[in-house]
Amino acid sequence: MNQGRQLTFNIFRYDPQEPNDKPKMVRYHLTETPGMTVFIALNKLREEQDTSLQFDFVCRAGICGSCAMVINGFPTLACRTLTAKYPKGEITLMPLPGFELIGDLSVNTGKFMRELAERLKLWLHPKANDISIHRLEEPMAPEEAARLYELERCVECGVCVSACATKQMRETFVGAVGIMKIARFELDSRDARTAEDFYHVIGNQDGVFGCMTLLGCQDNCPKDLPHMQQIAYLRRKMAMTLV
Amino acid sequence: MKLIYTDSLVVGAGLAGLRVAIASKERGLDTLVLSLIPAKRSHSAAAQGGMQASLGNAVKGMGDDEDVHFQDTVKGSDWGCDQEVARMFAHCAPKAVRELANWGVPWSRVSAGPREVIVNAQKVTLQEAEEAHGLINARDFGGTKKWRTCYTADGTGHSLLYAMDNKAISMDIPVHERVEALAIIHDGQRCHGVIARCLITGELRAYVAKSTTIATGGYGRIYEVSTNAIICEGIGQALALETGVATLGNMEAVQFHPTAIVPVGILTTEGCRGDGGLLRDKDGYRFMPDYEPEKKELASRDVVSRRMTEHMRKGKGVDSPYGPHLWLDITLLGRKHIETNLREVQEICENFLGIDPAKDWIPVRPTQHYSMGGIRTKATGESPQLKGLFSVGEAACWDMHGFNRLGGNSLAETVVGGMIIGKYVADFCENNSLEIDTQLAEKFMQQVQTEIDTLVDGEGHESPFELKREMQRIMMDYVGIFRNGPELDKAVTELKALLERSRKLGIKCKKRHANPELVEALRVKRMLKVALTVACGAAARTESRGAHAREDYPQRNDRDWLNRTLASWPDANALAPLLSYEPLDVMKMELPPGYRGYGIDNAIAHPDTAKREQQIAEILAGLDDDADRYQRQAALMPFELPPSLQAKNERLSDTLQRPSANALGEKS
Repeated sequence: MNQGRQLTFNIFRYDPQEPNDKPKMVRYHLTETPGMTVFIALNKLREEQDTSLQFDFVCRAGICGSCAMVINGFPTLACRTLTAKYPKGEITLMPLPGFELIGDLSVNTGKFMRELAERLKLWLHPKANDISIHRLEEPMAPEEAARLYELERCVECGVCVSACATKQMRETFVGAVGIMKIARFELDSRDARTAEDFYHVIGNQDGVFGCMTLLGCQDNCPKDLPHMQQIAYLRRKMAMTLV
Repeated sequence: MKLIYTDSLVVGAGLAGLRVAIASKERGLDTLVLSLIPAKRSHSAAAQGGMQASLGNAVKGMGDDEDVHFQDTVKGSDWGCDQEVARMFAHCAPKAVRELANWGVPWSRVSAGPREVIVNAQKVTLQEAEEAHGLINARDFGGTKKWRTCYTADGTGHSLLYAMDNKAISMDIPVHERVEALAIIHDGQRCHGVIARCLITGELRAYVAKSTTIATGGYGRIYEVSTNAIICEGIGQALALETGVATLGNMEAVQFHPTAIVPVGILTTEGCRGDGGLLRDKDGYRFMPDYEPEKKELASRDVVSRRMTEHMRKGKGVDSPYGPHLWLDITLLGRKHIETNLREVQEICENFLGIDPAKDWIPVRPTQHYSMGGIRTKATGESPQLKGLFSVGEAACWDMHGFNRLGGNSLAETVVGGMIIGKYVADFCENNSLEIDTQLAEKFMQQVQTEIDTLVDGEGHESPFELKREMQRIMMDYVGIFRNGPELDKAVTELKALLERSRKLGIKCKKRHANPELVEALRVKRMLKVALTVACGAAARTESRGAHAREDYPQRNDRDWLNRTLASWPDANALAPLLSYEPLDVMKMELPPGYRGYGIDNAIAHPDTAKREQQIAEILAGLDDDADRYQRQAALMPFELPPSLQAKNERLSDTLQRPSANALGEKS
């Protein structure tokens, strides 16, 4: 097999738990192999060059959302980013902004998402709590089920949060991920909450009225979710509740 | 010593673990979940195709019930499963699907009227009943008589896990994320919790509990190429093994999935074939009908994987730098179908292969996929050896899969097993008090501390990354789809050598907090023991059953091997597990061993089979003529369930006039 080209990785390194450590960029070199992804490259770097390198992967298949990081300026999933995508062979990796840094490229998205779910109550609030699991299920329009699934495809990777200018300026902004999830439950005919209930959690500057419509969420979402459509829909809906 | 106590401790936050936690919390118990990662990132999320439950709403599912699901599962297991557990499972699967609908899962629904599908490469129009409109739909999967696999497009695991975790959050169940369990606290009879390490700060904590449930998933990553998430490393099984008391069951039963993409081993769902996709060889020829004329691409996974390997060995594979592969062709399903029902597959093809599956064939080959083996439990989910230690989901050998699992039965096992075992866990917590023996906890804490000290400050020089790579290669080369004595012996010898070398592990990064190399070193020692249980079990089992296929012993040998392999590790210094066998009692089986429906029937019969068949005929003859299927079943093989799960499942067919045989659309 041909010797692959030389790749250069510039990687953000910082261990917040080391009292004297300072953030820095470190340069690594690696020979590219066919089909190499940033997942493969980072593991190779850790195994062969620096065993202390911190980063997160779980499914390595674009399904779980663990490995979002900023690659050459754009937040995205590292596992499914092919190194071949970068003609100059120069790849700069930074951790996602907007989240607590664990170390190097690893950030605590899990803590963020759990707190967001608790704050916005991101679960189904069923209309009836006593539906028997032994009886025939409640029918649902097939189109509704399909629409719900479309909005449920978010993997909580955090890309929309880190790509959002409002979120960077306003810590308390719920971000596209929060709004998308509210939209998903608002659409669900099984959910007992009314527009007024949702207004209380997102009908303000921290919610739909804080969005500056810069489209960072939609442009970068690795699942191509229709964030702007949902924000616009909920804005209209929330505005209507005031009338 | 940091000591945290709770009633119900669950290790692992995938579907099975969360379901047990919810069951504990529902009963008012203090409940705590430990997880390596955020719960919603668990490997459960990767399940694409769906979950089997005999709802019988779709026209191709009409006539389905617990009996048919049970029979499919037992045959799928190649008679290696625990039939009482398979019954418990089949009975509760519809309840679990309906419960998940109540918790928010947007199951794909039936649309009344004509529906165009691909069956055996032909377009067929099905007529869905008016009364079924809006009820939960089902798709076809391998090894099932009916269309039984409930789904949300091809993101079923994702939808289920999100609904389950949301439910857990709504109940205020804490999940300690980025925490890794490293030892079980026990006194040889009773389990008292675990010692766990925080992966961020490096802090060691003793979690002490009334019950401890291991729900850490499978051990696929002991293989080089696997569809599993990279966290599926068998640490849960290793923890049980390291107690020296608890046993693992059927560890040699490892399933290969027919269609993972080449080279990276990412899965494309069985739904591709279920929805009508075909397998083709290097000439574009559809070869499966030649091998399995009846079931074709939808034979059981172990069968399809072996047929593919056989075909490639005949030189019919497509050459690639990564070795031969075959093609999965879903182009005939049409772009619209792919973009709605197989979108994850489409994304994977685009991102990792740069191809469009609506136009191009997908390069696939069989790849390690599922661990039928695991921590041996009783039907209640509890370890027979260690009181208070429970296990559920892929981590466990509960054992409804035997030697081969049917597609759609793993997702089902996580939530159904969690639902049933969760109740037994809660019962256990209510009936037993918390015992806090700080000396005992400290002893295990000290052991883990010493292990870490030795890795960080010791004289060792072996690289954890290198040992892991070698182990994974050995498993791939010698303990794969087809197995034979000489290769398995080689695997055992080489793995033992690696285990010895693992006693001299040393790490370069000396941090005691977040340190990926330390994590790797702690895991690889444990993984090697798990790999040895697989290799030793496979070397000892001189027959072929389900996914365990011995070239030198091609027959399923019920006479000598109708049993479950048990592995324990009583001597910590030993280089191999202690194997023993637990017989399966034919005289208690509802479905005695028979022909599974693939290839030639070459099984060596068990002497009790004929006896039991005669007994069954007598029992059935002795029943009243109007005995219904529940009464017949109960007479043959009674099984237990928690009272709240015993109710019968209602089906559309109960409320409809019985449709004519034609309209049933029976699958041949």
